[in-house]
Parts: sequence; structure tokens; C-alpha cells
Amino acid sequence: MFENLTEKFDKAFQVLKGQGQITEVNVAETLKEVRRALLDADVNYKTAKDFTNEVKEKAMGRDVLTSLKPSELLVKITHESLVELMGGEQEEVNLKGNPAVILMSGLQGSGKTTFSGKLANHLKNKKGKTPLLVACDVYRPAAIDQLHVVGEQIGVEVYSNREEKDPVKIAQEAILHARSNGQNAVIVDTAGRLAVDEQMMGEIEAVKRAIEPSETLFVVDAMTGQDAVNTAKTFNDRLDFDGVVLTKLDGDTRGGAAISIKRVVDKPIKFVGTGEKMEALDIFYPKRMADRILGMGDVVSLVERAQEQYDEEKARKLQKKIAKNEFNFDDFLDQIQQIKKMGNMKDLMGMIPGMGKAIKNMDIDDDAFKEIEAIIHSMTPQERNNHKIINGSRKKRIAKGSGTDVQEVNKLIKQFEQTRKMMQLMSNKKNMANMMKMMGGRGIPGM
Amino acid sequence: MGLFNFFSKDKKEKLDDGLEKTKTGLFSKLTKAVAGKSKVDDEVLDNLEEVLISSDVGVNTTLKVIERIEKRVAKDKYLGASELDQILREEIAALLEENDTGEAVEYSVPKDKKPYVIMVVGVNGVGKTTTIGKLAHQFKRIGKNVMLGAADTFRAAAVDQLKIWSKRAEVPIVAQGMGADPASVAFDTLQSAVTQGSDVVLIDTAGRLHNKVNLMNELTKIRRVMDKVVPGAPHEVLLVLDGSTGQNAIEQARQFTKATEVTALALTKIDGTAKGGVVIGISDEFKIPVKYIGVGEGMEHLQVFNKYEFVDSLFSKKVS
Repeated sequence: MFENLTEKFDKAFQVLKGQGQITEVNVAETLKEVRRALLDADVNYKTAKDFTNEVKEKAMGRDVLTSLKPSELLVKITHESLVELMGGEQEEVNLKGNPAVILMSGLQGSGKTTFSGKLANHLKNKKGKTPLLVACDVYRPAAIDQLHVVGEQIGVEVYSNREEKDPVKIAQEAILHARSNGQNAVIVDTAGRLAVDEQMMGEIEAVKRAIEPSETLFVVDAMTGQDAVNTAKTFNDRLDFDGVVLTKLDGDTRGGAAISIKRVVDKPIKFVGTGEKMEALDIFYPKRMADRILGMGDVVSLVERAQEQYDEEKARKLQKKIAKNEFNFDDFLDQIQQIKKMGNMKDLMGMIPGMGKAIKNMDIDDDAFKEIEAIIHSMTPQERNNHKIINGSRKKRIAKGSGTDVQEVNKLIKQFEQTRKMMQLMSNKKNMANMMKMMGGRGIPGM
Repeated sequence: MGLFNFFSKDKKEKLDDGLEKTKTGLFSKLTKAVAGKSKVDDEVLDNLEEVLISSDVGVNTTLKVIERIEKRVAKDKYLGASELDQILREEIAALLEENDTGEAVEYSVPKDKKPYVIMVVGVNGVGKTTTIGKLAHQFKRIGKNVMLGAADTFRAAAVDQLKIWSKRAEVPIVAQGMGADPASVAFDTLQSAVTQGSDVVLIDTAGRLHNKVNLMNELTKIRRVMDKVVPGAPHEVLLVLDGSTGQNAIEQARQFTKATEVTALALTKIDGTAKGGVVIGISDEFKIPVKYIGVGEGMEHLQVFNKYEFVDSLFSKKVS
């Protein structure tokens, strides 16, 4: 996320490095670069202008003769302003009421249905809720089917009524249904609509009036250009929504337009979508995002995500095994799967400070582990348990079975042995928790 | 030249309204900035920059336009509001015209290629399936035998969605179901099309972000497989772009072209307030023509793109 923008900032701040003093001239030059970076990132024209003016004022007004270098001071001010621009502190989704009712809104193709599924999954697994998904898109062909497929994937019931063409009635029926079935969170998916479509905007207003949601979310594609603020403004005027969802941030879009939405409508960005998997949903942290834009990485989110996917019980068992030097290929495979659950690899790597730039042009994707998995899957249980029995003919068989060659198998075994050795060394230390987090990353060959 | 002759009446009005907003803002600002001055100064250029960037034209293309205008001003010295208006039109039209591939006004397919295979690609949610449904309807309307191939086997209910379009447009469809190999679906579709003597084949593909290398490779594979059944297929690779997308559309065009040799663009959802200005930048940078524009959700809401009318309606002064 935001790699391009980060890169732009890197470049912009390089101009300032090695200069002793902030002067009107060199700040103007740098700010011009910053503004250009923002515009390239689809930040709204006015927002970008205001932002750079703000930074300039702060930089000029402050005493630059502090212990900070001028470039550091400007980074600090830019960072502060970016955090402010993107909305200050994090805000959670409002789940008041029984059932809590959440209404989705947005343009066509912004990702409402996919996000509805992700949110249901999130509420179910992380908030202990029993959600109900409601199919209120009665227009787009197969929209109802799509939500049913999503619901099945995550094991959440989907309410639909193919005979009823009025979304208001469907939504009302669904809430009654939830009440009598003990579902305490109702997520209402709606049809995509253009802000200029008077009839459709009237319809969603009517839905909102009828069901009185505790939370109305505006879903917007992170790739949206300058029009994002206009659309957001119209939706906000009509619906007075509570928060924004930024989707498709796993692309290489700079996502700038969405950053400025908060400024224009004064509503927080609450979630970001980062992939097609149902787990690919993140809470939006303005501060961390600002860190990231400035190339400081997002170490905190990385750690949190790792913790979430980490199973304590498994960890204890693994710890014992490592101590006894019994870590085997099955455990190795398990580790890979843990990492995969954490989401998009490039995304994860991008969160490590300084990595954003380095991996920009690297092909890291979810299939990075395919070969390794294939090799391990081609081993017999005995081989996985004790890699020392893997001799030449076994290697040939494994290579054949996994569609690789003997060198690849050798490479993996060698790396596995190194990992194992390193882990045993580390297991002597007391800080097990830290080690566990690091292990995943270190254990993967070629990284 | 009449504006958007081919739009249905209400859509035309909708679109014109949207475009009018840009124009009114643009020209009232520019006129004010130019009034009483003997040359284009920074204020004028600033306003111009604001207008172009706010329409998603992008910084690079905007700078290019400004550069061209500055050159013209240096040469022609005096500039009034009306002259500026004219120059603007000319300079932006020039960016589009450089890629001119003819002034098609109706739906057509080359007669010497049968079946004529069109593969439709794009990122998630831009309107690929809807565009295919509309295209099927248009080709059917001009008397072509159309066949659809449901090679988006990934997104939930995508196959069902295309099946509904096939019923609406009354054209046959080849589908294998969710999770099937898309290349295999494309292969089957082309085989059926050859056997049944279809004129046009439309292959739907799953939406994919252009930075996901494996998914892009998959497209290359689908393309390769088609060539085995019908040499030269796909004859057209249509990249669908969402009209409200910002500068990322340029990267989309770049990456999809790399993977699938995109030959044409379709710009969707421009019946809203989005200006679709990024098309100018794409036309400027790549030599790919915009072929269709989507202006609504109905079967008939797809038009053959005419760049002259597009520029004209962006930059002609408000009529009423």
C-alpha cells in the first residue's frame, strides 16, 4: 500500500538532506515536490494545496534552530499534518442495538459485496457476533447469488427474497428475521449507484430511514480519482454516513483521493480492503498510514497481524520441539501456512521499515511458497519427520513428485537445516515470544 | 458537429450535464483570470492546472498541455478568453488525435476474421461483465452470431451474472462453472464458436489487480490457448477502465498491455460526475484507442467512442 507515494516522499525529502537550514527557497522547492506527489497520488486538488500550505506555514513559523536537522523537522511537520489530514485517532464501527444494523453504500464496482462478506467474517471471528448478511441489490444480475456464495464461504447466513423488488421491505424483513433467529449484527448490502441518480439515491435514503442503522458505511475504491470527493460529498449529504471503507488497497494505487475524503466530508476511514480473501480486511490507522507514507514502515500493524494469526497452543508445542531439536518439515509447512494466513506477502514486507522501496519491483505474491509446499507435500510422513533419511533416490522421487529438480530439493533441505539450527540456538534465550514472530520470516528460503 | 449523437436522450442529457459542470467551472474561472490582461500569466495557468487536474487529466499531461500553451502564447503574444478556449481545445485534441485510429461510429467487426475473438480484461469492479453483455446485445443487433465465454470462474456468481446477460441478449454461452480453469473455458468457447460458425466471441475474464504477477500470467496463458484453436485469436483485447479511476488507470493500461497486448479501451461509468480525463493521458502515453464508453446499466447503454465529440463536449462553451 502507498508504495508509490512513499517513494515520492523519499525523493522529495532527499532534496532537503544535507542542507543546513530551512529557507523559504528550499522549502518551497520541496513542498512543490510534495504537492506533485500528492496530486500524482490522486489527492484532491484543493486538499493537496491546503496540505502543502499548512506544512509550509508550520515550517516557517517554527524555530528551526532546535536540535533537529531542518530535514527532520520538515519530516516531522509533514507527518503531523498527514495524520491530521487523514483523520487523527482510529475509530471503530458502531455496534449499538440488537441487532446492530450496518448499511453499505457506494458506487458500482466499489466492492460492497466483498466488503460485506469481510465485515461479517470480522464481526463473527473477532467481535464474537452472530451476523446476518442481507441481499438488497435487486438490480445487478446475479448480485444476490454473489452474496450467497460469499456467505457460504464464511459460514454466515444470507437473507434474500427474490420475489420482493423493494429493498426497503427486504431490509425490514431481514431485521425481523435476525431478531427471531438470534442474530445480533445485520449487514445490509445494497446496489451500486451513481451520486447523480436521483431515484437510486432516494431509494437508499428510504432504506436508511426504515432500518435506522447504527452504522452506515460508504465503500469507495482506493483507485478513485478526483471525483471521489464529489461522490463522497453527495452520499454524505444524502445519507450522513458514519465512516468510509477504502477497498482494493492491495493494488499499486496511491490511494490519495480517499485520504482527502475525510477532509471534505469529515468522516473517518474505518476499514481498508487489501485482497480478495475474506481475511483481507484491516482497520484503518491514520497514524500508521502516515508513518508508512513517510517510509517509516508499519511495524506495529505487522506485529499485531502476526499475533492474531498465532495460535498459542501450537506455539507451546513448537517450543518444546525446537528445544529438543525435533522441529521437522511438518512444522515447517505449518509455519508457512501461518504466514500465508497473515495475508499478502508484499503487503507484509512493505510494512517493514525501509522495505517499501526495496520490494517495489519484486514479484512477491501469495504463490511464493508454492514450490516449497509442493516439495514438502511430496515427502513421505517419515521423511517429513526425519529429514536425515532423505537420500539421493528419495530426493529424485521428491523432485519428480513436486515438479522441481534435485537442486531445489537440496536447497530446501539445506535451508531447513539452517533454520532448525538457528531456532535451537535462539530457543536458549528467554524471549520466546519475540523469537516466534521472527521465525516465520527467517525460516523461509530465499528471503 | 452534434454532441453525442448516439446517446439515448436521457443519458445524453445526463452526460452533458456532467460535462457542463466541468465546462462552466473551467471557463468562468479562466475568463475571469484572463479578463483585462494582455498575456497568459501564472494565475491563468494555475486555474488551467486546477481544472485539468480536477478532471483526472493528471500532472504529466497537464504540464504537457500547459507547456504547449505557453509555447503558443510566446509565439502569438496576445491572448483573450475566447482564443484561449480555442487553443485549449486544439492542444488537448492534438494529444488524442496523435493516436487516431479512425472515426468509427457504428459497431462493426472485420469480415475476414471469423470468429472475431474479443477478450475482455481489467481490474476488479470496472464493469467487464456488464460491458460484455452490452456488446453482445449490440453485435446481435447488427446481425452477428455472438457467443460468450464465461472465463471468470473466480468471482462469486460471475458465471451466473454472465448467464443472465446471455439470456437478455439472447446469445449462447459456454461455461464450466466456478473454479474451472479459465483457459480451458476459453478453449471450449472457441471450439464451440468454430463448430457453430459464430461471428463474434466475447471472453469474460476475472477482475485482477495489475500488480498481481501470477494473475497477469494467467491472462497470458488464456491468450495463448485461444491462439491454438483460432490462429490469431484473440483479435481484440479490450481493457475496461472505470471512468472514475484516477491516475492508476495509466498503470493498469501499462501492465495489462504488457501481459495481453491490449488493443482497445472501454471507459465505463461516465454517466456520473467523473470526467474520465485520464483517458487523455492514456491516449497520450499509449497508442491504444478508446473504443467504447459505458453510460448506464441498461443493455443499450454502451456507445462507440468518438474522441472528437469527447473533446468537443468537454471544451465547447455552455450552450444554454
